[in-house]
Amino acid sequence: MSPEKTPILEVSKLVKRFGGFHALDGLSFHVVPGEILGLVGPNGSGKTTAINVISGLYAPDGGEVVFDNVSSGGVASHKLVHRGINRTFQVPKPFLSLTVRENIQVALAYGGATGAPSIAELLEEYRLKEVADRPAADLNSAQQKMLDLTRALATRPRLLLLDELAAGLNPAELDWIAGRIKALAATGMAIIVVEHLMGFIEQITDRVIVLNAGKEIFEGTLATAVREPQVIEVFLGGEHAH
Amino acid sequence: MHNASKHLLFILAPLVVVFALLPGVYQNHLLLFNFVIFLILAQGVNIIYGFTGYLPFGYVGFFGAGAYGFAIMVMHLQTPAPLAVLVGGGVAVLLGLLLTPLLRLSGAYFAIANLAASLAVLHFVANPALEGITKGPYGVSLTGTFNPTHAYYAAVVVMALTVGAVVYLKNSPFGLALQAVREDAVSASMAGVNIIKMRVIAWLASALVAGLAGGIYAWYVSVFYPDNVFSGEFSIFAIVFALFGGVATITGPIVGVLILYGIYNLIGFTTPQYFQLIYGLLIMGLVLFLPAGLVSLATRRGWHVP
Ligand SMILES: Nc1ncnc2c1ncn2[C@@H]1O[C@H](COP(=O)(O)OP(=O)(O)OP(=O)(O)O)[C@@H](O)[C@H]1O
Ligand SMILES: [Mg+2]
Repeated sequence: MSPEKTPILEVSKLVKRFGGFHALDGLSFHVVPGEILGLVGPNGSGKTTAINVISGLYAPDGGEVVFDNVSSGGVASHKLVHRGINRTFQVPKPFLSLTVRENIQVALAYGGATGAPSIAELLEEYRLKEVADRPAADLNSAQQKMLDLTRALATRPRLLLLDELAAGLNPAELDWIAGRIKALAATGMAIIVVEHLMGFIEQITDRVIVLNAGKEIFEGTLATAVREPQVIEVFLGGEHAH
Repeated sequence: MHNASKHLLFILAPLVVVFALLPGVYQNHLLLFNFVIFLILAQGVNIIYGFTGYLPFGYVGFFGAGAYGFAIMVMHLQTPAPLAVLVGGGVAVLLGLLLTPLLRLSGAYFAIANLAASLAVLHFVANPALEGITKGPYGVSLTGTFNPTHAYYAAVVVMALTVGAVVYLKNSPFGLALQAVREDAVSASMAGVNIIKMRVIAWLASALVAGLAGGIYAWYVSVFYPDNVFSGEFSIFAIVFALFGGVATITGPIVGVLILYGIYNLIGFTTPQYFQLIYGLLIMGLVLFLPAGLVSLATRRGWHVP
């Protein structure tokens, strides 16, 4: 992490309730350009909810989200996309009846980005060239995840939120996608990675935030995190619960 | 040549030429007129259902609103017919604007709410208290503008514009974005698409098309009652024709109207006693065996159908 850089995203005291239940309960953190931040925590700890609020799917019930020095809490998703935020989905939802190429075309045409990568580059880099003219419904789940990622990248985000992108990939694919994520960060993109695979998190992140019950319980490197009694307790407790 | 030019040249142009020339060689002009009206309505359904995913069970509300918009202009302001048709389209768009909250509903809820809305408009127009404006349940008679020939050609023009609009949807990022919203609104918003704006535009475009068709219908028949121009048959037929051919294509709704409305009239003339039976069986068979419409016979073989 480079402390001299100003954060591109600052989340402070974020609260998101569903009924009486606090999915996010005063979450605060920041990311700087070029940084890969890991967001980890047991099932139901609020990782996806945090991404949903930051990407405008839900309005926060309290606290603040500031992107690029402008308050962005409660702003509509498509506007946040135009400002430079994008994300992938834990369960990708591509436009099933459209072809892979058409899926990407929508984001290129409506993402509002100048200097976005071309369709050919995206297809090539994310291994979708062979299936470019097939309906997205024909893709396997790993390919659908890559298509979801290219949809996000076609809008040329400065902040990219990846929700369990690596889940379900084989070891060779994991190495490959780790390389791609690092290459994106090297261009100055800030990336938040939500993942359960600790090896993968170790390989790519500079820093992690550990979440439990909608609150941050640890911030630092993963190597330090795994020695924290509180973190161990939460993860072991979580494992036992399943 | 661009795909769009091909579609205009090989689909739109022949359709317009055929329907422009047919009255010269075929005597039943009312039937030809009805074909053109259904081509417009089926494409209007295509815009809102095929591209956007909203099934408009009350689509006739726009048609009736257009017919009454026309009638009121002609009766009270002696407006020339072509201008009154445009007003009819405008009235339908206003009704569409009024109904935009319905777009928050999805699936069957939208369909039912839309149906209810069309019935509400019918009862509003047919209210005896409004006799001074709409002639209430007693119907309108527009002798001054009666000119079926002009009305027919106006319908051909609106049909050309409507099919042209669908050609645009089929060949533009705008049409692609509409389909993206239909497939998954959340992902579409994360592609930068303003989903509310897209839905409203498609909704108003399909309202406009039906309103213009309704205005022209009023011009053509010149005498009608609220029940005629708000008849649920218009909605059902337009939806069935569009689905039969295959939505989200240019050719599907056209093929659907030509075949189904053709058969409808054929059975109606020759064996009216079996009409409902044969027609019902045909539609059931279609829904069971070809849910994606006739064009899916070709797309299943890997052919591209515009
Ligand atoms: N739309 C919603 N309505 C009601 N409750 C929700 C909603 N979204 C999330 N929750 C609840 O909020 C809590 C946090 O969910 P979230 O999806 O953010 O967890 P997560 O950390 O991403 O978990 P996982 O690792 O399983 O993906 C869970 O208890 C979940 O049931
Ligand atoms: Mg999650």
